[in-house]
Amino acid sequence: MQIHEIPAEKPWSGVVRKGQTIRIEDSFGQQAIDTIFYNADDFGERYSNQDTMRTNGIAYISTGAKIVSSEGRVMLTVTADTSGRHDTSAGCCSCESNTVRFGHETRYLHACRENFLLELARHGMSKRDIVPNINFFMNVPISPNGAMTIDDGISAPGDHVELKAEMDVLCVISNCPQINNPCNGFDPTPIRVIIRD
Amino acid sequence: MLHTPRSPDQIAADRARYEEHQRRGLNFAPKALPDPSPVPAPDPDPERVLQTEVIPGGWYWPTRLAAGEVLRLALGGSGTSVGLAAWAARDPSERMNLPDTVKVQWTTELRRGRVIFSDMGRVMLSITEDSSGAHDALTGGSSPATFADPRARNQRDNMVLAAGKLGLDRRDLPAVLTLFAPVRVDAAGRFGWRGALLSGQDWVELRAEMDLLIALSNTRHPLDPATGPEPAVTATRLAARPVPADDLCRTATAEAIRGFENNARG
Repeated sequence: MQIHEIPAEKPWSGVVRKGQTIRIEDSFGQQAIDTIFYNADDFGERYSNQDTMRTNGIAYISTGAKIVSSEGRVMLTVTADTSGRHDTSAGCCSCESNTVRFGHETRYLHACRENFLLELARHGMSKRDIVPNINFFMNVPISPNGAMTIDDGISAPGDHVELKAEMDVLCVISNCPQINNPCNGFDPTPIRVIIRD
Repeated sequence: MLHTPRSPDQIAADRARYEEHQRRGLNFAPKALPDPSPVPAPDPDPERVLQTEVIPGGWYWPTRLAAGEVLRLALGGSGTSVGLAAWAARDPSERMNLPDTVKVQWTTELRRGRVIFSDMGRVMLSITEDSSGAHDALTGGSSPATFADPRARNQRDNMVLAAGKLGLDRRDLPAVLTLFAPVRVDAAGRFGWRGALLSGQDWVELRAEMDLLIALSNTRHPLDPATGPEPAVTATRLAARPVPADDLCRTATAEAIRGFENNARG
């Protein structure tokens, strides 16, 4: 069993082999965990939020959801979820989108795209490989009239999700550093990842 | 792992600032957006027409737009949708970003008066005309697995092909905006198809706000219950014309204004 402690605001990546289970734990509660999966043998095949939402028929991710790739294949299945609902339509934060959302004075704040760029560079990938991600423990309700907002997280300390890998995958995480909205309770915190057979 | 929290004063100040952005963003749409464009579409000014392409049902078209040019897309009937992807011509690693587009505008309903953002916080396209407001920014389009008939053409393959002819590959494909696809969520977040939002004569005009590479796919959405062949779609490139200072798309929201400030910043 591998246990990875991920500091607040930092990226992480690791391989989950087919048949293994990855647990992603929101150790302190109300912490968005931005996550992308890549086929470990072919990084050109990667998580697709659109195929995932369409396949599951619902805009949120929870127990039983299939995590679907850009090639239409199931990468992982969500086998446990103590929190209840996770976003996959709002993407990750960036210095650039922060200027649009919160004002130009927020450009020089650390952001998830910075984390993803640095972590993907370790695997020979670049900005073009940053695709729309899963935001575990991020609460983004979409209304029937289309309205969309980021609300306070609903996760408590120790809440976790578990996903069983259906192929060998590279999991890339940005432990979200955003302090301009409630996705981290305005206080980014450490998280834990456990990979087991 | 230990954690030292931020101070309650810092947290309270950031929360107050967010709630003010949220209040303005969520309250904006109903009062500020214009009515849908009329159907059928008025004929374009012949002097402005640079190119007309009739995309057959099931097919795709890669094209380029110079900043200021307008792309008109008009359906030739019911039973199809148009997938759209866009890249900045000067650096295609800058590309359409739908999560940012819906998040920063506080809505998944893209319609006349809204804009489409890149991953770099800049505006790529303005929706200057739109008869339906019935587009899908969430679920994408068909893939090879969608149709039982292995000969049926699908949006994913079309996008790989269109991107390929623009010098790009599958790693460059962003999440795709599917125009004329009335996909909406219910209170639980489940997707449904609201066909009544379409008229069969729907059209949009998208104004390029930077030099762009564009991929289009004329394919039926997987949630569309229609059967039979897809109708053709007419794509028309129109010449740029001056944009007034009070242009709606450029001034409608605080977020659009800041996005265009990023365009001007270069």
